[in-house]
Amino acid sequence: MSPVSTAGSRLIYDALKASDVRLMSALPETWLVHLVRMAEEDPDMILVRLAKEEEGVGISAGAHLAGVKSAMLMQNHGFLASINGIVSCAQLYRIPLLMLISFRGEFGERDPWQTEGGGVTEDLLRALRIPFSYLDHPDHVARRIGKAQTLAYSASKPVALLLCRDLMWEEAAS
Amino acid sequence: MKRLDALKAVYPRLEDSVVVTIMGAVAAELQSIGHRPNFFYLQHAMGLASSMGLGIALTRPDKRVVVFDGDGSVLMNLGGLTTLARYRPRNLVHVVFDNESLLSVGGFPTATSTGSDLAKIAAAAGVPRTATARALDEFTSVFEEATAANDLTTIVAKVEATGPSKFVTDLALLENRFEFQRYLTRATPRE
Repeated sequence: MSPVSTAGSRLIYDALKASDVRLMSALPETWLVHLVRMAEEDPDMILVRLAKEEEGVGISAGAHLAGVKSAMLMQNHGFLASINGIVSCAQLYRIPLLMLISFRGEFGERDPWQTEGGGVTEDLLRALRIPFSYLDHPDHVARRIGKAQTLAYSASKPVALLLCRDLMWEEAAS
Repeated sequence: MKRLDALKAVYPRLEDSVVVTIMGAVAAELQSIGHRPNFFYLQHAMGLASSMGLGIALTRPDKRVVVFDGDGSVLMNLGGLTTLARYRPRNLVHVVFDNESLLSVGGFPTATSTGSDLAKIAAAAGVPRTATARALDEFTSVFEEATAANDLTTIVAKVEATGPSKFVTDLALLENRFEFQRYLTRATPRE
């Protein structure tokens, strides 16, 4: 069985629904499998599976201008691949953009190929002046997602939540 | 065929459509014919105009969406063609003005100048209707057919590598963005 947390994923999905998210773009990665499946099974959610994450910035911008709230689901390497779109579409045009980014490569990471991206994710978010917080415990998932969406809309700009190992991965520590 | 003439030919059909264009010559030329509140010009983020069109088309199936793209932009987001095809918004007409060059930045040739065929690439990506137009009357008729067909269509319009002398207009980016959003959210939303 996959050690990806179903309970953690459910909390995130329900909070996104409570924040009125009606469109989700995603490029699947291991930690996001349950979230993508939940979106797939939800008849009220428009799920757009991407070829590359940057497309999701354009899709969310279009949805926003059309009056529909959306969220992007991606790995931090997908965030790295989306930076031009984030800057020259979402920031340039003041688009509220809720980005849920799986924070691979932090403490506990076993895949060597994830570690370099993990090391630069937070610094890049800061350099881009993207407000961000962490989802690392079930107790604050709903509140933080709600607050992130509120700030995205009041500031009219991208915000990010880093999905952390402690919430997303249930494998025993070794 | 000149892009400006192609835009003029279909301009009357854009009145009740939602229009997204790329930056540079396409944006400046459409504005020179006449800006409307239902026109949005994505003045950067090359490649994402078709993705924005997809986001609008999926959330507003009651509206016809027309994207005016370019060869340089499409080449930066070829994967986006597979996403367009995958979700096949029937209310989206995707026009690619192909001048075989990056005109706005000095006219350097793109890969369509050496044989890459964007209509064939779109068809192979799964876009159900594609066409290539080389003459103005041909472009006008395939555009008319696309709007009548009610299915996702990519039209590659081969145009001359000429454009306006300047690209900055007096329409501020954010003014355009908020006006466009107001237009879209005032119109009747879907059920």
